[in-house]
Amino acid sequence: MATPEQMIRGGIATMPRPEVLVRGGDERPGGWLSWLATTDHKRIGIMYLFATFIFFLLGGVEALLMRLQLATSGNTLIDAQTYNGLISMHGTTMIFLFIVPVLAGFGNYFVPLMIGARDMAFPRLNALSFWLLLFGGIAFYASLFFEPPTAGWTSYAPLSDDAYLPDGGIDAWIFLIHLTGLSSLIGAFNFVATIHNMRARGMGWGRMPIFVWTILIYSYLLILALPSIAAAVTMLLTDRHFGTAFFDITGGGDPMLWQHLFWFFGHPEVYIMILPAFGMISEILPVFARKPIFGYQAIVAATAGIAFLGMLVWAHHMFTTPTATVVLAFFMISSFAIAVPTGIKIFNWLATLWRGSIMMKTPLYFAAGFLGTFVIGGISGVILAIFPVDWQLHDTYFVVAHLHYVLFGGSVFAIFAGLYYWFPKMSGRLMSEGLGKVSFWLMFIGFNMTFLVQHSLGMSGMPRRVYDYPEGVGWDGMNLFSTIGSFLLGIGVMVTVVNVIRSLRSGRRAGNDPWKGNTLEWFTQSPPPENNFDVVPRVRSVEPMKDIRREVQTGTREPAGTVAQPVA
Amino acid sequence: MILRPLRAGAANSRRRALIVALLGAIGALLVLAPGALAGVFSPENAGGSPNAENISLLYKISFAIAIVIFLLVEGLLVYSLVKYRFRRGGPEPAQIRGNAPLEIGWTVGAGLILVVLIVITFIYLDDIESPAASGPNGLQAAEGVQFASVDQPEAPGGDPLQIEVNGQQYLWRFEYPSSGDTQVFSYYEMVVPIDTTVSLQITSQDVAHSWWIPDLGGKADAIPGYTNETWFKIEEPGVYRGVCAELCGEGHADMRAQVRAVPVDEYSAWIEQQATDIERSQELLAASRRQREAAAEQ
Repeated sequence: MATPEQMIRGGIATMPRPEVLVRGGDERPGGWLSWLATTDHKRIGIMYLFATFIFFLLGGVEALLMRLQLATSGNTLIDAQTYNGLISMHGTTMIFLFIVPVLAGFGNYFVPLMIGARDMAFPRLNALSFWLLLFGGIAFYASLFFEPPTAGWTSYAPLSDDAYLPDGGIDAWIFLIHLTGLSSLIGAFNFVATIHNMRARGMGWGRMPIFVWTILIYSYLLILALPSIAAAVTMLLTDRHFGTAFFDITGGGDPMLWQHLFWFFGHPEVYIMILPAFGMISEILPVFARKPIFGYQAIVAATAGIAFLGMLVWAHHMFTTPTATVVLAFFMISSFAIAVPTGIKIFNWLATLWRGSIMMKTPLYFAAGFLGTFVIGGISGVILAIFPVDWQLHDTYFVVAHLHYVLFGGSVFAIFAGLYYWFPKMSGRLMSEGLGKVSFWLMFIGFNMTFLVQHSLGMSGMPRRVYDYPEGVGWDGMNLFSTIGSFLLGIGVMVTVVNVIRSLRSGRRAGNDPWKGNTLEWFTQSPPPENNFDVVPRVRSVEPMKDIRREVQTGTREPAGTVAQPVA
Repeated sequence: MILRPLRAGAANSRRRALIVALLGAIGALLVLAPGALAGVFSPENAGGSPNAENISLLYKISFAIAIVIFLLVEGLLVYSLVKYRFRRGGPEPAQIRGNAPLEIGWTVGAGLILVVLIVITFIYLDDIESPAASGPNGLQAAEGVQFASVDQPEAPGGDPLQIEVNGQQYLWRFEYPSSGDTQVFSYYEMVVPIDTTVSLQITSQDVAHSWWIPDLGGKADAIPGYTNETWFKIEEPGVYRGVCAELCGEGHADMRAQVRAVPVDEYSAWIEQQATDIERSQELLAASRRQREAAAEQ
């Protein structure tokens, strides 16, 4: 070990340079310009979270308008084509502008922190992927001023072809898919490069936090699935404007091609939206149960297994199309197979809670709510995979209920758990526990009121994507109940919005590690300094913070003297 | 100081009572509801045709398996959250990281349940997919009437009645086989004889639609350039309603259809009448064209 004196004697050139200058670097722009120009993964992460939550609220308003229209039969509040616009905007917004990018937002903020890196591998590309997302969303929402898309978030050809929908709405939708797709692809490569190359010393694959694992697998899935829809929308664009006939039967094309290309992307997309949510749950449960995650390797293997199988199930969205029975049977069995790794995860999470010492904080409420509701979505998914049963339930409210149990009861509850869990790290302040729990119960009760009855509506024959339904077939009561539930859900979300705004100004100081976390983001300050860590600790287990706390307690590590230090 | 644990105990027991009451209420609802709320827990879409009946039965079997898994998971979750919540001065939880036999156990268990589901599905599949035989009171194929051959498994005991279904923005057109020269068709309402296996050949002439009469079995998408097939067999006269099940544009929600099942002789009479009406309207059309042309020449 060279002392500083020896190094000076050896000449300035051989002196080790600090990896990152904390102070005294170039003058950086301040104010709002600093947000435009930033390449800091944390600020980009914050912008991701902020922008996607705005889109979430927009998509929520669209959903509430739909529920208002459906509250009674024969309602004339919204006409048919406006309603078709609402379903298209709502689905597209929630999937492409909320769930997928909000997960990228959490990944942006926390992957470098959790692996002990000082930024993403390509900071400027990282900024590019955020701005592409934002402008994709703006281009899409601009269609409100002329003609919003009305072919659903799936934009099935030939309905989406220029012969049937010549207006620009579909083009705005295509533009959105191109821009957000590019954003996701660039982001995915960035995550892959970061996670493969920039982990702290000692963090082997077996010591990587599960959330980082899920973001890695999410990235690979995006890289594999996105080209399919990118190709499909490009073909649709040329069909619409340049005289090709990829999906036009009269020109020798094939409308079924659209469905295959769309769902070859669309089903992996479901796992793109749920796997990082699984990752968050796998981080949160052990912290609040005061127990290690049960079966780390099984959970990681199950995640990879789900991703692999998720590429092989797309045609279960097409069980009612003219398709040979042997094909239907294959896709039923492959869809069933996914239930095995998913079941493994659920039982591992239950076993993590089992005989723990559970701290009933808001993140745990949302995580437990996730478990309770996601199970219903998983089970109804198995029922839908039985293709003769799907012949009845396909495109009914049963499917609407199923997908919301997976994407809202699953992903969104996990996203809220993550928000409450990581807010203290991002802002340095704690959120109000009282408001958090009020928000949870309103959302939990409202969500189940909205969507549980929709299973029954579907089973009694109500198709999805209809602005009106016949009177006197017994659907009025359940629809009204669902509408009331949706407004409770909306109020619950707004309580969290209020909680965030209030806590940003007047929340209690959080300190570095308010939850006694397991992973490295809790090692640094809240909010973290621009370089994240002055000293990156050596990682010796999957729970480095637990090791550090133990060292501080036993006196083998100095508690003071570093910028970032745990609260013993 | 003594009061505190007492008060905590009272709160705990009240909470426990509340949870027991809640679980009891949910249980009672599950037991009592199927009678009171038929169609809430299983598809109501049955009673019209044997394939719909079988789908409903298959659903009920899988739902029974599902509800056991649901109760197991939710029970474990609620139990853990109540039983293992943090208590001041409680012991540090054991740092268990896994248990290989247990994990292999639930993996194999989940796999076995799915194998059972696959087997049950294939047991019912044939009855759902293959058309049943027409009954003795059904329409019998008359001499000289050509029913097109069907790709779905042959119906035993005579050819099924074949109707071509064509989806159009935003209505359904039905074409019936007939002995005369006139192609018999109808819109919106399909008339069929009872006790007869009816085989549908479904296509679309514009965008994708989906044929669905819930009581008469599952959906079949109508895709331009493709022919999809399904079938039904109605025992009793009656009217069965449905709506298009694939978003097809502005009029999608209003693209409804109904099937009216009538006795065989009534069906034959209806076909005759429909043929006569169609011929008559074509003649009228021709006459008015001639009139217009004559008027134009003058």
